[in-house]
Amino acid sequence: MIRIQLEKRAQHSAIFSLTSPLIALAITATLGAIMFLLLGKSPTAALYSYFIEPLTDMWSIHELMIKAAPLILIATGLSICFLSNNWNIGAEGQFILGGIFGSALPILYPEFTGPMVLPLMLIMGIIGGAAYATIPAFLKAKFSTNEILSSLMLVYVAQLFLDWLVRGPWRNPEGFNFPESRTFHADAILPEIWFASGRAHWGFAFAIIIAVLMWFVLNKTLKGFEVRVLGLSPRAGRFAGFSENKMIYTAFIVAGGLAGLAGISEVSGAIGQLRPVISPGYGFTAIIVAFLGRLNPLGIIAAGLILALSYLGGEAAQISIGVSNKVSAVFQGLLLFSVLACDTLIHYKIKIVKTMRGKAAL
Amino acid sequence: MTPEIAIAIFLTIATAATPLLIAALGELVVERSGVLNLGVEGMMVMGAVTGFGAAQITGSAYLGLLAAIICGALFSLLFGVLTLSLATNQVATGLSLTLLGLGASGMIGENFIGLPGIKLKAIEIPLLSDIPVIGRLLFAQDLIFYISILLTIAIWYFVFKTRAGLTLRSVGDNHTSAHALGINVLKVRYLAVMFGGACAGLAGAHLSLVYTPQWTENMTAGRGWIALALVVFASWRPLRIVAGAYLFGAVTIAQFHAQAQGVAIPSQLLSSLPYIATIIVLVLISTNKRMTMKNTPASLGKPFVPDR
Amino acid sequence: MKKITKTILGAAAATLFASSAMAADAKACFIYVGPIGDFGWSYQHHQGLLAVEEAYGDKVETAYLESVPEGADAERAIERFARSGCNIIFTTSFGYMDPTNKVAAKFPDVKFEHATGYKRDTENVATYSSKFYQGRYIQGQIAAKLSEKGEAGYIGSFPIPEVVRGINSFMLGAQSVNPDFKVKVVWANTWFDPGKEADAAKSLIDQGVDIITQHTDSTAPMQVAEERGIKAFGQASDMIEFGKKTQLTAIIDDWAPYYVERVGAVLDGTWKSQDVWHGLAEGNVVMAEYANMPDDVAAMAKETEEKIKSGELEPFTGPITKQDGSEWLAEGDKADIGTMLGMNFYIKGVDDKLPQ
Repeated sequence: MIRIQLEKRAQHSAIFSLTSPLIALAITATLGAIMFLLLGKSPTAALYSYFIEPLTDMWSIHELMIKAAPLILIATGLSICFLSNNWNIGAEGQFILGGIFGSALPILYPEFTGPMVLPLMLIMGIIGGAAYATIPAFLKAKFSTNEILSSLMLVYVAQLFLDWLVRGPWRNPEGFNFPESRTFHADAILPEIWFASGRAHWGFAFAIIIAVLMWFVLNKTLKGFEVRVLGLSPRAGRFAGFSENKMIYTAFIVAGGLAGLAGISEVSGAIGQLRPVISPGYGFTAIIVAFLGRLNPLGIIAAGLILALSYLGGEAAQISIGVSNKVSAVFQGLLLFSVLACDTLIHYKIKIVKTMRGKAAL
Repeated sequence: MTPEIAIAIFLTIATAATPLLIAALGELVVERSGVLNLGVEGMMVMGAVTGFGAAQITGSAYLGLLAAIICGALFSLLFGVLTLSLATNQVATGLSLTLLGLGASGMIGENFIGLPGIKLKAIEIPLLSDIPVIGRLLFAQDLIFYISILLTIAIWYFVFKTRAGLTLRSVGDNHTSAHALGINVLKVRYLAVMFGGACAGLAGAHLSLVYTPQWTENMTAGRGWIALALVVFASWRPLRIVAGAYLFGAVTIAQFHAQAQGVAIPSQLLSSLPYIATIIVLVLISTNKRMTMKNTPASLGKPFVPDR
Repeated sequence: MKKITKTILGAAAATLFASSAMAADAKACFIYVGPIGDFGWSYQHHQGLLAVEEAYGDKVETAYLESVPEGADAERAIERFARSGCNIIFTTSFGYMDPTNKVAAKFPDVKFEHATGYKRDTENVATYSSKFYQGRYIQGQIAAKLSEKGEAGYIGSFPIPEVVRGINSFMLGAQSVNPDFKVKVVWANTWFDPGKEADAAKSLIDQGVDIITQHTDSTAPMQVAEERGIKAFGQASDMIEFGKKTQLTAIIDDWAPYYVERVGAVLDGTWKSQDVWHGLAEGNVVMAEYANMPDDVAAMAKETEEKIKSGELEPFTGPITKQDGSEWLAEGDKADIGTMLGMNFYIKGVDDKLPQ
């Protein structure tokens, strides 16, 4: 029998920290090439449209930033949750609530215009996401209710709540009863970063600034130390005088607030109104981004961009080589699996050993 | 309400509950071994497409079931190799598995679209099915329904009454001490993960061979996630999963009946009831700390690497 | 520098694959909201694409993107098409309305066709939709003739004007045969979830209806009806394979004639912005074969179909009272387009409260 054996490295392998993404990319490219050959497509053309084509013009790079911004923002918030052992998988719901809270102003008070609108909207968005994240945090801190489940259930509730709002009370009065809110006035639209070169909005700038700040907090401050200690061992954390309950609230509120900011940025910057669906699953994809980025905000920036690239590349491939979006999903899956598997190299030596039956028991 | 209608409603609920029940039972075993596989949705949809395809090709719904079970187990092996042998993060790997499953099933199923499926026939158990009311409820159903009930009892017995079940639980509760006791932690987890995959595959086949005998992309429509929720809702106890699955089915069906009766509640509110109910029950269960502690697999989601 | 990089990469690309450089006269591109495998809405639009390929062969190149979420992704997808040399882009979901108009403003030389919307901000945007409700009227008549209980079950997706219009038209058709006819409406809150649609169908049947019609996209309700031995109407595509003894008829969305016509207009340079609402007469709405019913009922259905085609009959013609008893249309009046597009009320006789 052949067995894979892992041997823990004494310390993180610096070499593999840098090279493992490249190895993963090579594996994905190889597996992908085989898949495309089987489908009768040119592998070079396919790989070109996945990884290069989206980077060949300015427009596409803007779109990459638009797609990556919510992923990076949400994943950055999630990193503090996951590092501190708070399994918030409800960011999708917090994103939606952020979008709803932030949109209340331009939808309910369309006459209220001016430079104050946008900052207020962003703050409201953060509050909305944070407040929604407080629910699973409260249930966990107070009743030790499993947060994976409660936060996931709240996603569905949030989706239905938004659905109800845009089909009912917040429906556009001039919109022939179609399910969407009124479109935001100009003061409520998040402006583009570089005017006229593309439509990337300030959401991307927020994402980068916040990720860098978060990296600083997590790695250079006492708070970051507290997060890690409580994550690794709640017992040790208690001895050090850190409060587990406080950390639950902090982690959820930060993650929820950032998801909420991502939500209102997306609504205000990229959509311009509320619709029954405002997220194609950013909150869930961000979980993958958080882990691909190894829960390190700087890594998350890279991971968010790579995942966004694979979405755009998937679209490009549908058009330029005519593969279906299912193929793109499979390719994305292969990419994720390869990256995850190769990260193992950082912490472990991998040995493939032949074992004889019975020997393993010795 | 006449008994006729009551029976009909129960049968509708049973059909809605069965796939949730089977997938959740499989995931229960996985989580009892300390592994959290969030890829249930992906494994289910793979089971659905394989089951449908195999039934079309062989002409036998039973061979379809078999193929779905095997496919689910093999697909979960992918998750197993990564999380167990390579110690990758289980949450991220599970989510990726779902993504892969949804894509791959769509690719496999491209030629099955628009074909009516082969429905698994109901099996009427002689004599028992003639008992008034109960006979029609319990003994005139399809094979998967019977499997779901037997599986519940078998898993309950296995987990709590057998030595192997004790091994499973000890691996899930504390893999380090289980390892110290000479238990092959990874082997137990591999078996559990593959059992979970097989169950998810079977649950998927129920969708494409019983519930709605057809293949359409994404036809699981989130049922894998509900199955995951049920496991925690049931605080990792098999008999409670039955209650949870049927409760969930009942709430879904009840909202349609309420609407048909002209009850004017926003349908979004009705649709969100099952989720809100799950949270409430969850809170009620978790307020009983002692019980939760006893049942929650303490090593859930943590990778284990044997130091040889 | 940027330009140089782009040139080099472009040249590399050209040498890597010189296959797609076939010279076609026009490129027609399609964006679908669902997978083409839904056997419903997106599937039918894709049949339209195939018809375009069939009609023009090498003269027209086609491309499509499926499962494009409404929102930020839609704008990107549309713009990507506009940049990749598409001459005409069909955006086939209501939610693509604003993105379509935004991109259209940036690409005045590209033609845009948006399905089911009402905004045409620039000269290069056209809108089109179908009068599916005409088919619903015929269904209502058939249901009223065949139902022994005098009651039909109606599975709705979401209470948007399109669906409400269908329910009202169904009811008007039914009332023209049996003034006391009833309809039970349940909202599935989804366009596509086979399991949930099946549950909705079962619940309606358990409540005693003996005919089912649906405004959701999967074939599941048809299968349930077949299993329970009652009759049903298909939706979006011909579902007869799923209910050989069950399907009375189906409202088929046939986009092929329109797509072939509009791509043709691009080819010969006659394309103009317009807003069309085609129905049975133009072949945009097609009734599947009238089956599983007595000959006299089928004859009645065919007659109604002919009358609607010729314009002799328009379902929304007064007198019509609203559900609350107030008058909507006086004798002989026809509904205006605004009310039709934004219909958010039931007519008298619908036994349901419209979710607001």
